[in-house]
Amino acid sequence: MKNDIVLAGVGGQGILTIAAIVGRAAVGRGLNVKQSEVHGMAQRGGSVSSHLRLSSDTIWSDLIPLGGADVLLSVEPLEALRHMAQLAPNGVLLATDVPITNIGDYPDLEAIKAEIRRYPRQVLINADQMAKDAGSIRAMNMVMLGALSCFLDLPVDTLTGTIQDVFARKGDKVVEVNLKAFAAGRAAGQTVER
Amino acid sequence: MAQKLLLGDEAVAQAALDAGIVGCYAYPGTPSTEIMEYIQGSAEARERRVHSQWSTNEKSAMEEALGVSYCGRRALVCMKHVGLNVASDGFVNSAITGTEGGLVVTVADDPSMHSSQNEQDSRFYAQFALVPCFEPSNQQEAYDMVGVAMDMSEELKVPVMLRIVTRMAHSRANIATGATRPAAPVRIPQDLSRFVLLPVNARKGYARLVEKQPEFLKRAEDSRFNRLIAGPDRSLGIIAAGIGFNYLMETFGGEPCPHPVLKVSQYPLPRKQLLQLFDQCQKVLVIEDGAPFIEGMLHGPMGPSDRVLGRLTGQLPRMGELTPDVVAKALGKEAKAGPPASSLLRPRPPRLCDGCPHASSYEAILEAVKDAGPGHVFSDIGCYTLGALPPYNAINSCVDMGASISMAKGAADAGLRPAIAVIGDSTFTHSGMTPLLDAVLENSPITVIVLDNGTTGMTGGQVSAATGRLENIAAGLGVPKEHIRVFEALPKNHAQNVQALKEEIVHEGVSFVIARRECIQTARKAK
Ligand SMILES: Cc1ncc(C[n+]2csc(CCOP(=O)(O)OP(=O)(O)O)c2C)c(N)n1
Ligand code: SF4
Repeated sequence: MKNDIVLAGVGGQGILTIAAIVGRAAVGRGLNVKQSEVHGMAQRGGSVSSHLRLSSDTIWSDLIPLGGADVLLSVEPLEALRHMAQLAPNGVLLATDVPITNIGDYPDLEAIKAEIRRYPRQVLINADQMAKDAGSIRAMNMVMLGALSCFLDLPVDTLTGTIQDVFARKGDKVVEVNLKAFAAGRAAGQTVER
Repeated sequence: MAQKLLLGDEAVAQAALDAGIVGCYAYPGTPSTEIMEYIQGSAEARERRVHSQWSTNEKSAMEEALGVSYCGRRALVCMKHVGLNVASDGFVNSAITGTEGGLVVTVADDPSMHSSQNEQDSRFYAQFALVPCFEPSNQQEAYDMVGVAMDMSEELKVPVMLRIVTRMAHSRANIATGATRPAAPVRIPQDLSRFVLLPVNARKGYARLVEKQPEFLKRAEDSRFNRLIAGPDRSLGIIAAGIGFNYLMETFGGEPCPHPVLKVSQYPLPRKQLLQLFDQCQKVLVIEDGAPFIEGMLHGPMGPSDRVLGRLTGQLPRMGELTPDVVAKALGKEAKAGPPASSLLRPRPPRLCDGCPHASSYEAILEAVKDAGPGHVFSDIGCYTLGALPPYNAINSCVDMGASISMAKGAADAGLRPAIAVIGDSTFTHSGMTPLLDAVLENSPITVIVLDNGTTGMTGGQVSAATGRLENIAAGLGVPKEHIRVFEALPKNHAQNVQALKEEIVHEGVSFVIARRECIQTARKAK
């Protein structure tokens, strides 16, 4: 098995939390993992991306080739458009529609959304609102992870177990909110056939 | 053997701990920073009291580590590629003195300049200093190599370079770790003259280094990290160095490469295998990340040779990091990219955080120099370099750490008035103190503005050696007390900050203005 995922967002949004949980869960299942990260300059509010690869075989490249990503997950709508060339022919696009407008010429949001919706296999959600409904806007990344979980070859309880481990030291309440956010995202992800 | 998911940087750090180092010496710099940070966070390192404080710059880091090696104990030095320019005096001369305890110099190159001023290739430095160099193809190899390099450094009494690149440093992979070796006790070198590089000793030291070269070559030819892999299709041979090997293997999707491949991960170049490859194949493609280092040697000064292909002959791009896509293309496989780029796309460059103290400083500086017109503000490297971009467009130079002060002084010498230097606190203690002394010695008419946010912000908020010391350093170097000014970089102080700057800018001598307010990211973390 092989899952190649490109994660995208804006520096400071925390896409690495998503990657870290998936990576940890995969290692726990005895899979090979490679995960490239962005550190340094771009983290100051610039575009960032991370390539996450899981496989039962050897993984060679740290980077996913163009047209090779099974999933493109973006925690910002404009950033989703930036990485479209990474998507495999039948790949899935998961994006939140909440923009980060820290540039002067941010394009029309409705036009961006329309472009994302034009892609055949996509999930476009308001992950901020769904996280708020689950108890905290800070769980936005867990909503996205929930959506992603529908397209990974990892048992869902391995992922929820890892979420529990990762947030345990922040208390039961935080764990519960994150699990709820995860479940909401997963329900949204299930609207697209695997 | 324990399995851990580690960044390449972290694998290097863990390997050094397992190899029994007593100290890690470094100045932060992307993509090398996480090596030291891993050691600082390691319970095992704390327990064994492994040294893990940041040094003030790469040169002091290099020499402090050489001091450890002198005592027969092991040390790791880490820096980004341009850091080796700063450390190069100690690095090159440590090859002449040789080492006692194992000394591994890890240098992280940044091809494509993700966070750097250039994409210089550190393999040239290893060759220049005549020392062995390791270049891992993956994170596990990085872990394994550190131990081998430490042993080799100690046995052959030579510093050894480990060259990594951004994608190696900042990518996680499963790492199997090995046993831990205890640290050695302190032992004074038997031959004490070896470290005294008077010409009479230096000639001997250099002769020793030259004599070791055949042994370095033999080690590279026998290395388990260098391998000639057979392939049926001899119409083309491939040399794949470091991380280039992974991209090559990726191209064939798990199937063996049909061409003969020489995997190179240890230098000097393994001559024996190289000759074998050129015997088998009329043409050879060189896949290496960074500069065309191997390829250039193969072409030679009379090149280009029609037997050698790569970055210099157009099969691969001349600059920028390797990707699986450019490597596939060089092998005649076109990328199958997904949907084309949207016309809605806009670049999203990095910018100062909302509420950053540097923003307030730049507002004040812009107003204070307004009358002089553009072109008077020399600056430096750090978060504040983002002041070169809109909306500020406030600075006119960023060359190398410390150059703001030296360039302002040179410009003042040339007659520019006013000449202003804007420099971060950590950059100032890294390389700004010596040019400030130059300016003091000549009472040069420059205004130095230190943006003191109490941290090394750009690289993620490491402690800054300048914190709490700036006024004393300036006074100690001889800046007159009345021209050492401090203000708080807050929007509400704007008018008075502009006034203070204006007063110092017209002063016909050295002024030292400290614009102080904590980085908001550091402040947030401290909460
Ligand atoms: C020789 C060298 N070493 C390290 C770096 C990496 N680097 C760039 S800026 C910087 C520190 C900046 O800190 P500071 O001057 O305090 O400014 P801040 O980012 O906090 O605004 C470092 C370590 C470099 N570019 N060159
Ligand atoms: S990290 Fe600190 S110094 Fe850097 S831009 Fe943000 S607030 Fe400013």
